[in-house]
Amino acid sequence: MNQFGKQLTEYIPRLRRYARALFRGDSTAADDLVQDCLERALDRQHYFRANSNLRAWLFTIMHNIYVNRVRRQANVPDIVAAEPDSLPASSRPEDAVALDDLSRAIQALPHEQKTVLLLVTLEGMSYREVADMLEVPEGTVMSRLARARQRLRAGLSGHRETPLRRVK
Amino acid sequence: MKYETNITEADLHAYVDGQLDAVRHAQVEAWLKTHPDAARKVADYQLLDRSIHTLFDPVLGEPVPARLRFGAWRARISGIAASAVWLVFGVLVGWGAHAIMAKQEEPALLAHLARPAAFAHTVYTTDSRRPVEIDALEEQRLIDWLSERLRTEVRAPNLVAFGYQLVGGRLLPSTDRMAAQFMYESTNGVRITLYVRRIDGADIEPAFRFSRDRGVHTLYWIDGELGYAISGEIQRDLLLPLAEAAQRQLAI
Repeated sequence: MNQFGKQLTEYIPRLRRYARALFRGDSTAADDLVQDCLERALDRQHYFRANSNLRAWLFTIMHNIYVNRVRRQANVPDIVAAEPDSLPASSRPEDAVALDDLSRAIQALPHEQKTVLLLVTLEGMSYREVADMLEVPEGTVMSRLARARQRLRAGLSGHRETPLRRVK
Repeated sequence: MKYETNITEADLHAYVDGQLDAVRHAQVEAWLKTHPDAARKVADYQLLDRSIHTLFDPVLGEPVPARLRFGAWRARISGIAASAVWLVFGVLVGWGAHAIMAKQEEPALLAHLARPAAFAHTVYTTDSRRPVEIDALEEQRLIDWLSERLRTEVRAPNLVAFGYQLVGGRLLPSTDRMAAQFMYESTNGVRITLYVRRIDGADIEPAFRFSRDRGVHTLYWIDGELGYAISGEIQRDLLLPLAEAAQRQLAI
């Protein structure tokens, strides 16, 4: 178990990053999700085939927990335990505004589009990997990705004059 | 050139995501030079991707919170894992168990205090006919009645200094106890509510906690055996001085 647990540990920062993006910076909700994911992974470690893709396995577990949670929350008023943590400060105030708008726009995406977008951009997963993870055809992954980006791009236009912070 | 017409939207995404083979990648790159609209689109997609990284990559550098560190996870008990789980529990008894309890405390307060307070706020502040059961004109009768029903002394803090007048109050069933709600209104008609109920076994640090439920913001805190929640559809920054004033007055 120790060995397996240590392997899981390596993925914690990435799981947290993805979860934080799903919950728009709300670190409590995000870490709750990561914790549930780690617990479940530990509990099911004997289902994991050695030398197969641990990252994909972990992200799949987390995705399933997330989907269930979102589904449950559709029926109850959405209370969040804490104000989202302030988003990372950027060098200029207008950048912060634009990034905050982007963060909001990501949050407003339908869940299936948001998931695909974040797995591809943040995690750099291949379309094939994402398709396997979500158990949908690769074409579906691509069309969700395209729709997500089109939507976010439409929101960019307001910031043409003050573009988002460009990262080297 | 012969591929020109074959370049699709999907190719543009795959180009941005680095998922084309080298040959195709070069073709798309060449094609973009002569198609400024598509090139702009690709540049925007790339900008979006970089911005998403800017937003969330800092998480990678954050220290992992204690509850997520190896050894602090509570595995669910099942089959083979069970013995290992008990071992983990053994290790957890010290600091780990404390972390788990601290984690459970928060949802209980949310469930029994913040959530019902926010809901009651929405229900009664929007009621034009009977927002309160007893009017502030009969404040003493209201206080006596609520104190009697909650079996503890309840009071309505004075928030006039912030422009909020007491409208009145009512008795409510909460999740497992009675609760009282006081309603206040500003001169321009903004309503806030203070929700009070007993909280069993609350032994937590006297800090304000914040929750939001759609547009309703709630600050809540514990004072002795009572839990208080102040709710409003106003900014947290505006709610905080009201909560602080209420907390100060009620603590005396």
